[in-house]
Amino acid sequence: MTARHLLSQLLVALALPVLLVITWWFASASSTSFFWPPLSDIVAAFPKTWNWDRITGDVFPSLGRLALGYAIALVAGTALGSAIGLSRNLRAFLEPTLEFFRAVPPPVLVPVIALFAGYTGSTGKIVTIALGCLWPVLLNAVEGVRGLDEVLVDTARSYRLRRRTRFFQVVLRGSSPQIAAGARQALSIGVILMVISELFGANRGLGASIVQFQRSFAIPEMWTGIILLGLIGFALSVLFRIVEHWTLAWYRGLRQADRGV
Amino acid sequence: MTTLTSQPVIALDVRGLRKVYDGHGRSVEAVRDLTFAIPRGELVCIVGPSGAGKTTLLRCIAGLLDLTSGEVVLDDSKVAGPPEGMAVVFQEYGRSLFPWMTVRQNVELPLKEKGLSKADRRTKVDVALEAVGLTDSDSAHPWQLSGGMQQRVAIARAVAYEPSVLLMDEPFAAVDAQTRADLEDLVRALWQRLGVTVLFVTHDIDEAVYLGQRVLVLSNRPTVVLEDVHVDLPNKRDQLETRSTARFAELRHHVYELIQLAKKGHRPESPEGEQA
Repeated sequence: MTARHLLSQLLVALALPVLLVITWWFASASSTSFFWPPLSDIVAAFPKTWNWDRITGDVFPSLGRLALGYAIALVAGTALGSAIGLSRNLRAFLEPTLEFFRAVPPPVLVPVIALFAGYTGSTGKIVTIALGCLWPVLLNAVEGVRGLDEVLVDTARSYRLRRRTRFFQVVLRGSSPQIAAGARQALSIGVILMVISELFGANRGLGASIVQFQRSFAIPEMWTGIILLGLIGFALSVLFRIVEHWTLAWYRGLRQADRGV
Repeated sequence: MTTLTSQPVIALDVRGLRKVYDGHGRSVEAVRDLTFAIPRGELVCIVGPSGAGKTTLLRCIAGLLDLTSGEVVLDDSKVAGPPEGMAVVFQEYGRSLFPWMTVRQNVELPLKEKGLSKADRRTKVDVALEAVGLTDSDSAHPWQLSGGMQQRVAIARAVAYEPSVLLMDEPFAAVDAQTRADLEDLVRALWQRLGVTVLFVTHDIDEAVYLGQRVLVLSNRPTVVLEDVHVDLPNKRDQLETRSTARFAELRHHVYELIQLAKKGHRPESPEGEQA
């Protein structure tokens, strides 16, 4: 990957965003509308609004809750999904119930969860994020485990691999591409729920800040919050892709080899 | 494997193996009665018409499939589930190697399970890879290798495991003819060098006669052993020379005739004709 190649790729990736920002800048420059201030005003408000205090007091807690909820969903989703995928009886037993719960959108559950865990404080928020992120991971884990190549399973059995080895080295690694697909979906859902869980009640957090700005008519500040949210979501997605790139390099290679043949 | 003096003479003893598939309201008798014994260090091939239940037979012997009746005895102990001391090389080499591991890691995995020390494992893996000619590819991933090389990795893995009996389920069926010739010679070379007992299932009559000391010819379903053909070709075999000898042609002819009879439903008890 030459430097020139990398540079041209970077230019292509940045071209549209830069174009959109420029368009926004000039289209809103002469705006007198209260709710759509000029982009220059919004940019000016950025450093004022997001000082270190606010970042540590609002952004970090939000991200921390997202991280915890997401991690819980990954572990629980993978564990449960694998168990269900491996056992035909368990699958038949649980499937209808799972489908029922999957159909309920997590935002709807926020007030219900708040009944048990309260509106303020972190517990309810983490539960909401975990519950929302759980379903894509769980369902993909079930499919990934079910779709494991039977020759691979036979090989593992014929060499008498221990249960533990079979689970971690064969089942999990074999279904990791599918689980990663579920984890990617779960990340988007997690960011959304991170914000939604902070909308009700009095809270500290990124989503809560945006809503508070909106309610107190601090519109440029509100916009800065929205832009920051978008940037954070983008950064998380890039981070995910980097991690996936490293851990699933073998899968990419395998697919390329299959296509080549 | 460590105490040679106490190893039984008969490595693999199959007695009255019977397999009936029950399901969906019907039962299908795939294998009626298979009885044969393989002394230690022999290379025995199994051929049969298509649908004769060769794969069923192999899976039963490997402990991957339960028997309806009869028993399989490996080194004087009954097989119930995949036994220690047996390694299987499957036909679908691409699907039997773990794609997220390198060649070395693939060959090493069963040894880790056996509990060998790191140094021990390293030695055995090196020896196995050298035996199949893949020393240079040990850090590659299986999907980076050609089909023939992948099957060599599978063979190396089986050989490094140092099994009592090596089962091979039509291992070269999915490989091109030239590679198949090389791999056949590899199997014979490994067999002679390591002294491992080999049971080789194939649909290729030429291959069976070229490789084996004995060829077990199966009938069609429900399967029994039609004949146990003794292959008296010399020990040193060559793809060109051996295959153009008169004796090879005779044996091949004989096995071919048996297969044709098998396809028509011939059974060992009755001289000819169908049997229900």
